[in-house]
Amino acid sequence: MLTANNLYFNYPTSRPVLKAINLELKPGNIYGLFGKNGEGKSTLIKIMTGLLFPKAGNCTFKGKPTQKRGPELLQDIFLIPEEFELPSVSIKAFEYINSVFYPSFSKEQFYGLLEEFQLQPRQLISTLSFGQKKKVLIAFGIATNTQLLLMDEPTNGLDIPSKSQFRKVMASSVDEGKCIVVSTHQVRDLHSLINHVMILNNAQVIFDHSLDQVTQALWFGRASNQEEVIYSEGAFGGKSLLQRTDQDESEVDLELLFNGVLHETQKINQLIDKKGHGSKV
Amino acid sequence: MDFDNSKPIYLQIVDFFYENILVKEWQEGTRIPSVREVAMMVEVNPNTAIRAFNHLQDLEVIYNKRGIGYFVSDNGYTKVLEIKRREFLEQNLPDVFKKMGLLGISFEQLKNAYNQHKNEKK
Repeated sequence: MLTANNLYFNYPTSRPVLKAINLELKPGNIYGLFGKNGEGKSTLIKIMTGLLFPKAGNCTFKGKPTQKRGPELLQDIFLIPEEFELPSVSIKAFEYINSVFYPSFSKEQFYGLLEEFQLQPRQLISTLSFGQKKKVLIAFGIATNTQLLLMDEPTNGLDIPSKSQFRKVMASSVDEGKCIVVSTHQVRDLHSLINHVMILNNAQVIFDHSLDQVTQALWFGRASNQEEVIYSEGAFGGKSLLQRTDQDESEVDLELLFNGVLHETQKINQLIDKKGHGSKV
Repeated sequence: MDFDNSKPIYLQIVDFFYENILVKEWQEGTRIPSVREVAMMVEVNPNTAIRAFNHLQDLEVIYNKRGIGYFVSDNGYTKVLEIKRREFLEQNLPDVFKKMGLLGISFEQLKNAYNQHKNEKK
């Protein structure tokens, strides 16, 4: 659905932010995009939505370059950025003005989500708190029902009960035709939703696997034999990441996976690739 | 729903189903929530929920009526009872035995504790 081909990017007078990025995003998935601060996650998302242009390579959505920003593409992409400005109008007016750009927009869904987030349509957006504004944008983004929905740190600013509401809303909004990309540091907020992990480090994609592939090849838990451990945290009763041999499937610990991949990139990728080829034969 | 860190989420959803069937919240032959409803209820990716449904279908605990939804099998309760009993005998009990050995608790003591527990309940 969305493809990045040998993508390069740098801001004026800065070192490369993205180098040789190749990605292929498919519908029906929720992608988690992870990386340390300043590794280019937001930049990559902006390129995906056509807000920035790659210096080399290209990024296409449904076969067309996103930098062309044609209306037929833009009506099927929605981005919820980390920082944003919303006009000083009522929520209802905001919906009235902006929804016309999205043919699949569902009014019913939007007002349903507002109710879920405890917001009234006649509230003036400028009088809302940051978290409430974010909720308006999240509700709007989901209700646009675009094929591609990108979210940059969606849970920042949400209060504790809203995070659970957010997960419920997300779980109900994915379907076979949609592709959702979430960039976040709040791994715990979203770990039960994400089914594919991409990790950016040193301007490159160093990890791009589905969680199914990860659980096939790796095991997370307390290791009895320290020699097999690929990566571990905390000396006493700590968590470890190791090659899965005869153990039962374990739940992926995304934080541990992220740190593990940063330390042992090659080893982990090799294990997953090996497993992938083995099962095909 | 809270997730235990070690067990795959889909298996935890399966356990959630077992419990509902065992306490007869979900009766045999009745319709159960859809994949989407379950995904929302436990806040997970619908793909994960589908895995739980498939797993239970393979075990013949639930079945799918095309276009209508999922139902608890007519012998669903017995099936679950069988599965959970096997799980108890093969997984939980060995753990208990191991602990008993480690702590030097005799079978006699265990028996007394069990009887006491039973009497208290009455």
